[in-house]
Amino acid sequence: MPVKLTRAVAAAAAFLSAPVLADYHVDILPPATPIAQEIYNLHFGILWVCVGIFIVVFGAMFWSVFAHRKSRGAQAAQFHENTTIEIIWTVVPFVILIAMAYPATKTVLDMKDGSNPDMSIKVTAYQWKWEYDYLQDGVRYFSSLSTPREQIEEHEKPGPKKNPNYLLEVDNPVVVPVGKKVRLLITSNDVIHGWYVPQLGVNQYGIPGFVKDAWFKVDKPGRYLGQCSQICGKEHGYMPIVVDAVSAEDYAKWIADKKAKMPPPPAPVADATPAAAAPAEDPNKKWSVDELKANGAKVYAANCQACHGAEGKGTPPAFPPLAGSKVANGPKGAQIDLELKGKPGTAMASFAQLSDADLASVITHTRTSWGNKGGEVMPAEVKSARK
Amino acid sequence: MSTATHAHDTHGHDHAHAHDHHGPPAGFSRWMYTTNHKDIGTMYLWFSFAMFLMGGSMALLIRAELFQPGLQLVEPQFFNSLTTVHGLVMVFGAIMPAFVGFANWLVPMQIGAADMAFPRMNNWSFWLLIPAALLLVGSFFVPGGAAASGWTLYPPLIIQQGMSIDMTILAVHILGASSIMGSINIITTILNLRAPGMTLMKMPLFVWTWLITAYLLIAVMPVLAGAVTMLLTDRHFGTSFFNAAGGGDPTMFMHIFWFFGHPEVYIMILPAFGIVSQIIPAFARKPLFGYASMVYATSSIAILSFIVWGHHMFTVGMPAAGNLFFMYATMLIAVPTGVKIFNWIATMWKGSMTFETPMLFAVGFLCLFTIGGFSGLVLAITPVDITLHNTYYVVAHFHYVLVSGALFAIMAGIYFWLPKWTGHMYSEGLGKLHFWLSMIGFNVAFFPQHFLGLAGMPRRIPDYALQFTEWNQISTVGAFIFGFSQLLFLYIVISTIRGGAKAPDRTWEGADSLEWTHLPSPVPYHTFETAPVVK
Repeated sequence: MPVKLTRAVAAAAAFLSAPVLADYHVDILPPATPIAQEIYNLHFGILWVCVGIFIVVFGAMFWSVFAHRKSRGAQAAQFHENTTIEIIWTVVPFVILIAMAYPATKTVLDMKDGSNPDMSIKVTAYQWKWEYDYLQDGVRYFSSLSTPREQIEEHEKPGPKKNPNYLLEVDNPVVVPVGKKVRLLITSNDVIHGWYVPQLGVNQYGIPGFVKDAWFKVDKPGRYLGQCSQICGKEHGYMPIVVDAVSAEDYAKWIADKKAKMPPPPAPVADATPAAAAPAEDPNKKWSVDELKANGAKVYAANCQACHGAEGKGTPPAFPPLAGSKVANGPKGAQIDLELKGKPGTAMASFAQLSDADLASVITHTRTSWGNKGGEVMPAEVKSARK
Repeated sequence: MSTATHAHDTHGHDHAHAHDHHGPPAGFSRWMYTTNHKDIGTMYLWFSFAMFLMGGSMALLIRAELFQPGLQLVEPQFFNSLTTVHGLVMVFGAIMPAFVGFANWLVPMQIGAADMAFPRMNNWSFWLLIPAALLLVGSFFVPGGAAASGWTLYPPLIIQQGMSIDMTILAVHILGASSIMGSINIITTILNLRAPGMTLMKMPLFVWTWLITAYLLIAVMPVLAGAVTMLLTDRHFGTSFFNAAGGGDPTMFMHIFWFFGHPEVYIMILPAFGIVSQIIPAFARKPLFGYASMVYATSSIAILSFIVWGHHMFTVGMPAAGNLFFMYATMLIAVPTGVKIFNWIATMWKGSMTFETPMLFAVGFLCLFTIGGFSGLVLAITPVDITLHNTYYVVAHFHYVLVSGALFAIMAGIYFWLPKWTGHMYSEGLGKLHFWLSMIGFNVAFFPQHFLGLAGMPRRIPDYALQFTEWNQISTVGAFIFGFSQLLFLYIVISTIRGGAKAPDRTWEGADSLEWTHLPSPVPYHTFETAPVVK
């Protein structure tokens, strides 16, 4: 077995350093937290016990299959029922089970002990992205898949070469300091999702209307990858999780940096925050309709296309078409409102996290494309609608 | 007769008429109106085979899409519909009706009864399956496509979809009604129509396992019906059973669903245990090692199945006490299951074994079901489950218990009883070829999925990260071998029905239940009109 083990470890190392390599991985990924280590040990312990039992029991069976066959002249014995042996084969498995349950119980209790965390992150799941809200540090942002769609869609022709971390890459990773107990408060905005990062030993459903908790403490810096674990609609396979565990200093730097880039809170107290939106963008910039359309196409591709389709056809009835829709051809105010607040009870989430200009662009894009005649919307209109 | 009243005369005449022919009417009306347990059993088995091919085609489309990363064949939403309907069709359309087909054929013959207790209800419970199947499969063609939430139908996701969900809910209701009627029939038949001397503890184990299964069905199908009815009212009538904004809780659906769902798992495996318990002694030419302990183990499994549902929900965030309770209860199931495995092996021990196709499938069942049992034990350990929940490890686990478990037992049973039913021997060479192709194809398809799950690949995704490519490709190759070898099975069955060597009345030397010892092959249309006396 050591050969196999070594191979597994080598494969795991290859997976971590260069995931492009061909991979016949056969083992749980290398644990990065004490809990994940306990899980790893539990799994291995139980696996080998099972392998042992299998060899003994099926060794006996195959010997019987070999030796007790009619073609070898075996005469059938007619024995049956033997209380002693029946008690033995009931009691022995029971004892083995108790031996398995004891360490497992300890781990269950450890996993549930989310007390005294060093920091808390509220994780909100959306169809199909994650929002992370650092409760102590005041940083809040969305995180969604960054793999380009053309690498995914290969219905007509093979796409371009896939990124090494194809489907396991995001625009904004979760960043946590090493050695700190991080508590996650997990919920959802729409349907049930699962926040699953195997190497951290965390797999917790986010359930709309309820907050569930989980925790982890990463020992060594690194990048840990995961995915949504509960089917949540058509883009379920496309909402990965990337966790970067960094040193305390790097974390402080990251927080400061992130804070500077924060868009205005969704519902600010009147004029408390001037529109500091995306810093690259001048809030006083005058946008031409063409600029809005061009920018809108980009924003649309990143945020809307997964549901509503490149041609605005949607997938009715869950994802209504935008081409010819009442909203995109109706009053501007209603559409701005819809983008800012979302539509409860449906997959349409609030997009208030986008800047005024991006929102205006994407609304303009939807109102002027695919034969729609709704007309353009200016950033100022979005800005005033936020209040 | 001449002194009888006119009414009696007619009755007597009809009765005599039926006796003269000893056969069914010809054509479509035979099948439409039949109340004969053998005809109904046959229809159940053909229906389940048709659904098996349909669900299998969906599985092959899934595996074809997963042959490489990226989306080549299907859209993600359609992919989700495929996984969902594949699950529903296989569970409710293929595996369960197949066992009901066996029950119809065998329960009356094995207890020495002339037919089922409620023959007309029997007809009705079969014909209900057809509209249910049409609703399920037809839901692919309505706007928005078939249900795409996984076979577990969790809200709120399921609330978002269109009318296909209502069709699915109606289908589940109809299937549930059919199952409940079938179960009432089976229980009544077993408890009331046994031949003189056929005490409960003399019944063949297949009858025992079905008696227990039928009670499980009656206990849990109404629970599922309740759950999907609540989904329906949440969707259309403004209730909020599963909507937190209205005071409900999505988690409650999971609890109710799995309170049904876990016994459901045993509904699909206990009759398989029964079939295997008939086959292994027959080919070992030796009585079953522990008949009574098999009955007790089956009953224990059935009772335990009601208190383990939470192990499907370890990632929901139950309190530690809940997680621990469900972990312990689940682990406990390993004890009676182990007893069964040990019993089968002790039955083989010092037997005089031959390995015709039914025995090959039974031994294949024994090995592979045990692997599924072991991965079940691994998943029972809460912390390990949390890291493997909703990964391909779980997919591998339940295909080991349901395909190489339930399905292999069904195949074994078909080869075992086909000579009795048709009067012809199947081709042993082709049967063995079918077994080995299935065995190899199955393991190549599903064993690598354990590795994918351990490496963290979630289930129900149409596309995956690059490091999962190799095992997925191997799995797809295996799935196609397994899938296409079932066409060989179809060929074998049809050619056996149409002809072949004459099967002796007691086809298998070691088989000793009533259908082998008291009835000719093929069995006549009506059997045991006079009950045999069992010593």
